[in-house]
Amino acid sequence: MFARGNAAYPKDSIQLTGFTVKSLYKKIYDSDVGYSFITSPTAILAAVIAFVCIFCALFAPWVAPHNPFDLASLELGNARLPPAWYPEGSGRFPLGTDDQGRDILSTLMYGARISLVVGLASVCLSVIFGVSMGLLAGFLGGWVDSLLMRMCDVMLSFPAILIALLIAGVGRALFPNAHGALAFGVLIVSISLVGWVQYARTVRGSTLVERNKEYVQAARVTGVAPLRIMRRHVLPNVLGPVLVLSTIQVATAIITEATLSFLGVGAPPTSPSLGTLIRIGNDYLFSGEWWITIFPGAMLVLIALSVNLLGDWLRDALNPRLR
Amino acid sequence: MSLLDVKNLVVEFPNRHGVLRAIDDISFSIAPGEILGVVGESGAGKSLTGASIIGLLEPPGRVSSGEIWLEGQRIDNLPYEEMRKVRGRRIGAIFQDPLTSLNPLYSVGRQLIETILTHLPVSHQEARKRAIDLLKDTGISAAEQRIEHYPHQFSGGMRQRVVIALALAAEPQLIVADEPTTALDVSIQAQIITLLKTICKKRGAAVMLITHDMGVIAETCDRVAVMYAGRIAEIGPVNAVINHSAHPYTTGLMGCIPDMSEDRERLHQINGSMPRLNAIPAGCAFNPRCERVFERCYQERPDLFPAGPTEAACWLHAGGGSKNEVGGVAA
Amino acid sequence: MLAFIIRRLAQAVIVMFCVALVAFMLFQYVGDPVSQVLGQDATAEQIREARDALGLNNSIFVQFWHFLSNAAQGEFGFSLRQGSKVSTLIAERFPATLELALSAAVLALSLGIPMGVYAALKRGSFSSQVLMTVSLLGVSLPTFLIGIVLILIFAVNLNWFPSFGRGEVTRLGWWTTGFLTAKGWHHLVLPATTLAIFQLTLIMRLVRAEMLEVLRTDYIKFARARGLTNRAVHFGHALKNTLVPVMTISGLQIGGLIAFAIITETVFQWPGMGLLFIQAVSFADIPVMAAYLCLIALIFVIINLIVDLLYFAVDPRLRVEKPGGH
Repeated sequence: MFARGNAAYPKDSIQLTGFTVKSLYKKIYDSDVGYSFITSPTAILAAVIAFVCIFCALFAPWVAPHNPFDLASLELGNARLPPAWYPEGSGRFPLGTDDQGRDILSTLMYGARISLVVGLASVCLSVIFGVSMGLLAGFLGGWVDSLLMRMCDVMLSFPAILIALLIAGVGRALFPNAHGALAFGVLIVSISLVGWVQYARTVRGSTLVERNKEYVQAARVTGVAPLRIMRRHVLPNVLGPVLVLSTIQVATAIITEATLSFLGVGAPPTSPSLGTLIRIGNDYLFSGEWWITIFPGAMLVLIALSVNLLGDWLRDALNPRLR
Repeated sequence: MSLLDVKNLVVEFPNRHGVLRAIDDISFSIAPGEILGVVGESGAGKSLTGASIIGLLEPPGRVSSGEIWLEGQRIDNLPYEEMRKVRGRRIGAIFQDPLTSLNPLYSVGRQLIETILTHLPVSHQEARKRAIDLLKDTGISAAEQRIEHYPHQFSGGMRQRVVIALALAAEPQLIVADEPTTALDVSIQAQIITLLKTICKKRGAAVMLITHDMGVIAETCDRVAVMYAGRIAEIGPVNAVINHSAHPYTTGLMGCIPDMSEDRERLHQINGSMPRLNAIPAGCAFNPRCERVFERCYQERPDLFPAGPTEAACWLHAGGGSKNEVGGVAA
Repeated sequence: MLAFIIRRLAQAVIVMFCVALVAFMLFQYVGDPVSQVLGQDATAEQIREARDALGLNNSIFVQFWHFLSNAAQGEFGFSLRQGSKVSTLIAERFPATLELALSAAVLALSLGIPMGVYAALKRGSFSSQVLMTVSLLGVSLPTFLIGIVLILIFAVNLNWFPSFGRGEVTRLGWWTTGFLTAKGWHHLVLPATTLAIFQLTLIMRLVRAEMLEVLRTDYIKFARARGLTNRAVHFGHALKNTLVPVMTISGLQIGGLIAFAIITETVFQWPGMGLLFIQAVSFADIPVMAAYLCLIALIFVIINLIVDLLYFAVDPRLRVEKPGGH
């Protein structure tokens, strides 16, 4: 990367090789998106929170103080301890324990890990499927396009949760003894099957716009393969909206997964996600042991909120009309 | 006394890189019933001038200095509610795109009557009658029926007639018309311009006609101001500016218009392009492109000097090389 | 306009057909009704008899036709879990869900629209920033968590509201309503609020976004240029133009309410269709699932139709023919 010294910054002529951290910072600061981030306290806060959560979640086995799934280390005598700031609580279990003596803080991290993995996987699937569908529809046009759009319309008018429930339920009925990977596979597929529609629509819109531009028509006339046109011209233009959508979709996917788990058709109790934890903890609400369900809930909200905030900021930062 | 007096108007747009001066100290006036054309390239500041006069500058743009006087009353520093009463009642506005200027959900009549009732103390029936008359005056046939129609039921030219009717509904003394014909077919343009001219003359309203089309200016206006890079390059009676232009930019512009009787191989061009707002040269803004540039042009910015029948902001007419404080506009 | 209605009706029929097809597939390929009824060790003879009785040995088209004609009459057979007729079960539960959804819809609309308008008009002010952040919170909170927190605060700790069930209901024919008793309302508060919050934030953000878009248009600029009062510009012009798309989108959201009711009913043990559906999913009770699916699809299709008609009624561009004009 290199930047010529320009009229505004005549002294910073940066040569071809080697760029310092300072020049990178300046580049970010100069760009509109970067400036928007650095001057937005909410964006920075959200990014920090999201980063911490994701870090804890991904590296849970190394960060968590205990391993809640190591059955040998559990002692029932530790069960139902309140958080550390209560008199009966203990510093060993900062957020308390559940009915089996598992440390809530650790289950939080492991649970967040599952939630995040499922969320990210489903969004990846949605993006791949949705973007391809959108490109196809936009480029091929004709009946392919109409069929796809009809399908999208119908799918959009049905609430996501219902479709996900249905698929999860059917999966359950078809594979009643599924555990592990298969169960998660069904879960991920069901969430991604409701998310792809937005991407398909956006990408199709952009494809249609680009397709009618003269330079694309010229490329087609000179025999450039359609795939290449799509890749070089359409894709860069849709990256912005797709990025914004993905960020918001990750939050939605995490919440959908939590909902499905809470309803009992998501992650199983053997490898619980945050939703499953909330469900388990719900039973203890009335006996006063609120921490078993509230802390997983708080973690869920924290992750979803920070990701949503980032997505919101990103949308405003990338929207040329609001700059 | 003049109807509108603009004195040393400066409009700025602060952003994180600095402050952009979109309009840099312009002064002019409009007499009652007169049609003043404001012509210039895109980005010269014409529309912004119109927007500042009616008080609808989009933030972060703001009038940072200068004064705007309407009939002896200062209007640029009025609070919003006071300015609102001026808008429509004393200054009307017409914008470029008739398609989007009208609210699609309300009938044409309702929008007209609403405007009339906001400013004039008349009854609903009277307002309706006036609305129908307005539509008739702007050349819409079957006005009694069409008053109930919705904007999408009118064609482009008819819609612009409705817009003109709306602008005149509260009987203002000045109309600011921002590119009223640019979005219309060429055949319709002539009709609309003629309509604007006749109806304003009839009602005694002055017009500030903003456009980039010299042909429209030539046909319609009494006086014309040529804007360049946020400044007025030349101002004067329309025939004088067109036929005896004093500023090199104006001369260049006139030269660009091809003449049927001439035999030419290449179209005349003015070299270069108008500078960006954040890179306006010191001295006279036109100096990089001027064929008659000399030393002084790079150093000081010229005021408007009288140059025969017109006034031009050019050192060529400064009268003996000294800077006369003639600036000024005929009142 | 007639052509439009006919076209929409035809689309509706196609959608219903597809949904019925899906439901039929569920019956056919998911789970084995015979083994459910007869148990694991039935002789081949018994199985064949049972299949005959259930009509499973006919061709697939005949089966589908039977299915369709039964479905059209609301006849979906018997619940595998409870043994009673599916139609009876659904009829019992339907009023509960409908009343819940309706209350939540009224709450969400009556609060969401004014808040959205306020956030748009007072854009950039502190209160609108607060509103927007709170709305983001509303979108990030899953419905079930809202329910749990509300139960924790208002039922467990403060003991102001009950946390499960419907309270006293009055019977009117086959309908049971909780609107006529104080206890019914008392039980309705927490669930309706839970269901409404998510919709409320969505509506608020939608209204705000639409209104900001509208306020940027040329016709609003022209209205201001004509000197119309702020009230006329904001509420006469901008609001009306905002509400047209908002109204239609909200109408479609109502359908979402009925689906989200599943979650709310689970948290509050509200005896509605959603709870029934969840129990059916856990149990793989196919008849109930299929019936719920078809009913929901019907409701959606009807709502879509109504919304389309509403659009027609409100937007003059769709209503009146475009004549010439010269």
